[in-house]
Amino acid sequence: MKHVSKKREIRLLDADGVRRTIIRMSHEILEHNRGIRDLALIGIRTRGAYIAERVASIIEAEEGKRPFFGVLDITLYRDDLSSASEKPIVRATEIPFDVRDKVIVLIDDVLYTGRTARAALDAIMDFGRPKKIELAVLMDRGYRELPIRADYVGRELAIKENEVVLVRIREIDGIDEVVIEEMNEAE
Amino acid sequence: MRLNRKDLLGLEQLSKEEIELFLDTATSLREVSERPIRKVPTLRGKTIVNLFLEASTRTKSSFELAAKRLSADTVNISAASSSILKGETLLDTARNLEAMKIDAVVVRHSSPGAAVFLARKLAVPVINGGDGIHEHPTQGLLDLLTIRDRKGRIEGLQVAIVGDIAHSRVARSDIFGLSKLGADVRVCGPPTLIPRDIERLGVGVHHELRKALREVDVVIVLRIQREREKAGVLPSIREYRSLFMIDKEALSSAREDVLVMHPGPINRGVELDPEVADSTQSAILAQVTNGIAVRMAVLYLLIGSR
Repeated sequence: MKHVSKKREIRLLDADGVRRTIIRMSHEILEHNRGIRDLALIGIRTRGAYIAERVASIIEAEEGKRPFFGVLDITLYRDDLSSASEKPIVRATEIPFDVRDKVIVLIDDVLYTGRTARAALDAIMDFGRPKKIELAVLMDRGYRELPIRADYVGRELAIKENEVVLVRIREIDGIDEVVIEEMNEAE
Repeated sequence: MRLNRKDLLGLEQLSKEEIELFLDTATSLREVSERPIRKVPTLRGKTIVNLFLEASTRTKSSFELAAKRLSADTVNISAASSSILKGETLLDTARNLEAMKIDAVVVRHSSPGAAVFLARKLAVPVINGGDGIHEHPTQGLLDLLTIRDRKGRIEGLQVAIVGDIAHSRVARSDIFGLSKLGADVRVCGPPTLIPRDIERLGVGVHHELRKALREVDVVIVLRIQREREKAGVLPSIREYRSLFMIDKEALSSAREDVLVMHPGPINRGVELDPEVADSTQSAILAQVTNGIAVRMAVLYLLIGSR
């Protein structure tokens, strides 16, 4: 019988590192969009939503006004529902503004295969036709399975396929940090 | 929480956690019906058969809309248009449908146990859309969702179910669901319309409306079928009305913020006074809206990953 066990954990960012990275990304979003007119942030559940909230607060502090803000659950748009053994829990999607003609920045914790981003793009299109959609991720770990790239990247990683990037967020995990875990298949 | 069952046949077999999974999923799915495009691709390529062998407008259209909002295809079969009229048995009808490669059957039938019977025979999920006087689980779930929304909780609430308890599958599903989630349930109606031994389900029994409604948080009013008068279990509709109709005065012994519900269709002026039916205390239309979300949740959780 195969067991997947943790081999070792390397910490990539501590709480200060996470904070600084999110601040830099927020500034990049502002700079690139020249302010917040028509700007809307949508966080992908679960951890992306908390990162997006922080980006919104930083932008609000800089510009004196909060950008449009929403939270997206992509479960209903997943492409692996018929193969998933356990039914993923559907959580609420809250997009309390009209997406038409907005510049939407999708925010997630990790960009990996690109399948979550694909699902999120489809979901947003079902709410209307935005002017533009951009993607911001705290960690880009490579190994894409779809032609998708991020516009804002906290950090790009070159790691092995059997390594896992874990973004921990205070609101859920009790701590802000990013670690790399090497998974080891043992007998 | 993981749902480990093929079918939804009744609330009697479900655990509290399973019921809550249905309610939480329904709460998340409600938003889909508020969008400009009321559709998500979740069940694309799946086919759901609505086998409605007993009259139904609300439940049938609700299941159909729920399936369509999840992008499933639907086939509707009603008694009048089916081969059942030509003498085909329920089992043969269902087996033929299954041979057409479908993904689920929603069944409404006048015989208690019809859904259980089909579930045993078919490999695909079977969803009970009401089987005789047995159960109507999606109605039970939508009632629970409506109460939880309006009251913020179910545990500890006092709930009265008033009317024809004996012939009501809604009453049975409501009693199972409410009891599992910790509400205190009592039933009220003329003795001829209260099943013997109903106390075994853990409910109180009343024959006097004012007493039954004392300090209740929720009143679920059931439809009185006019046929009962002919069957001799109800002396007259007029007498029922004077003793059991829910109106402003009857509600005066209930809590001030009492919620009034009805599974429809309403006999206005028989079991429910129109003034109450259309008041802000009434959650009747919210029940209908929640019905679609609940049925979407049921379809998602039973079919989604098969």
